[in-house]
Amino acid sequence: MISNPYFLNVVRFALLVLVQVLVFNRLNFFGFINPMVYILFLYWYPIKENRAAFIGLGFLLGIAIDFFSDNMAIHAASTITIAYMRPAIMRFVFGVNFEFQSFKLSNTTRVQQITFLALLIVVHHLVFFTLEIFSLANFLLILKKVFATGIATLILCLLFGSLFSVRKE
Amino acid sequence: METSNNVTSYFGLDQENQKLMEENKLLRKMLFNNTAGDSMVLDSVQRTYTINTGKVIKNSFANPRNYITINKGKKDSVRPDMGVITSKGILGIVENTSNHFATVQSILNDKSNINAKIKNTDHFGSLVWDMKRYNVVQLVDIPRLVPLTIGDTIVTGGMSSIFPEGIPIGTIQKFDLNTSKSFYSIDVFLFNDMTNIKNVYIVNNEYRKEVQELENLTETDDK
Repeated sequence: MISNPYFLNVVRFALLVLVQVLVFNRLNFFGFINPMVYILFLYWYPIKENRAAFIGLGFLLGIAIDFFSDNMAIHAASTITIAYMRPAIMRFVFGVNFEFQSFKLSNTTRVQQITFLALLIVVHHLVFFTLEIFSLANFLLILKKVFATGIATLILCLLFGSLFSVRKE
Repeated sequence: METSNNVTSYFGLDQENQKLMEENKLLRKMLFNNTAGDSMVLDSVQRTYTINTGKVIKNSFANPRNYITINKGKKDSVRPDMGVITSKGILGIVENTSNHFATVQSILNDKSNINAKIKNTDHFGSLVWDMKRYNVVQLVDIPRLVPLTIGDTIVTGGMSSIFPEGIPIGTIQKFDLNTSKSFYSIDVFLFNDMTNIKNVYIVNNEYRKEVQELENLTETDDK
């Protein structure tokens, strides 16, 4: 049962939402850094799955976080953006390899994995903070928040990634 | 939400007790040193401000637009546009109310704009927030002829008809002239620790409606 991909993704979804709203949304590190570890769901999600379903799941994940964070669906907006852009980012990072049937995330190099994750985070945070602050007069503030929160998210995602890594046999 | 708040509120009891004790001490000092005696008349005709107490059940300070939820609402006659303060200083203005709860637009909000002045003078300006640090807000539109010193106290002004005059806000941390070189832009370090708030007071100005009606009348006459 544990190896059933549907079951695994449902558990992952629920646990990531819980850990995000109960722990990381209240972190307020340095007064403003709240890492968004739920991006890992989109990083881990199987590549060969139906794209429409993936985008739908991205939306559900975002709106689930929004329900608990009192903002106007900006998590949903930014998550759906990276769900849409994930194939393009993967093609950019992994090259043509990504098109082959035998492609697996665990077979790629560490650098490629980190670049892929970092690009997801940067795009997500750019959309998120642009919508949250919603004024280009504060562009530097947006960049500062993207940078600081992005670093924190990346570090925590890498830690979570190595903690729950897929067994390599 | 109330249950979880009930549980978590136990963790801060010590600190809250300390704060309330300090305030009691201050009030007692004022009471014992009251030279006017006990002949102060407090009937309902002369009373301008009424006070209600409440507790914060949700606080936020990391967003560009922060709102605080308190556990008093319509049933406790809390209405929009009442002021909310703590024992240390100003907190925000009531935005919306439901039967048992109210949301407060924090001074740490992009849209917040509150009349404030330098203590013991009548030079007033607007209190706004630049969304950067949770313990610093900005006081703008103070003319450059005003003598300023770092450490001066900033208090609420009497023009808003929301807050009484003289509620403490913070001290001057830094001041610069703005781009037009005719007004100061002042960084104010808040007295309140906005990350650690529990007990609040809701201030109601009984004459707010009257003042507003009068001002509206004058404005419509002007057109």
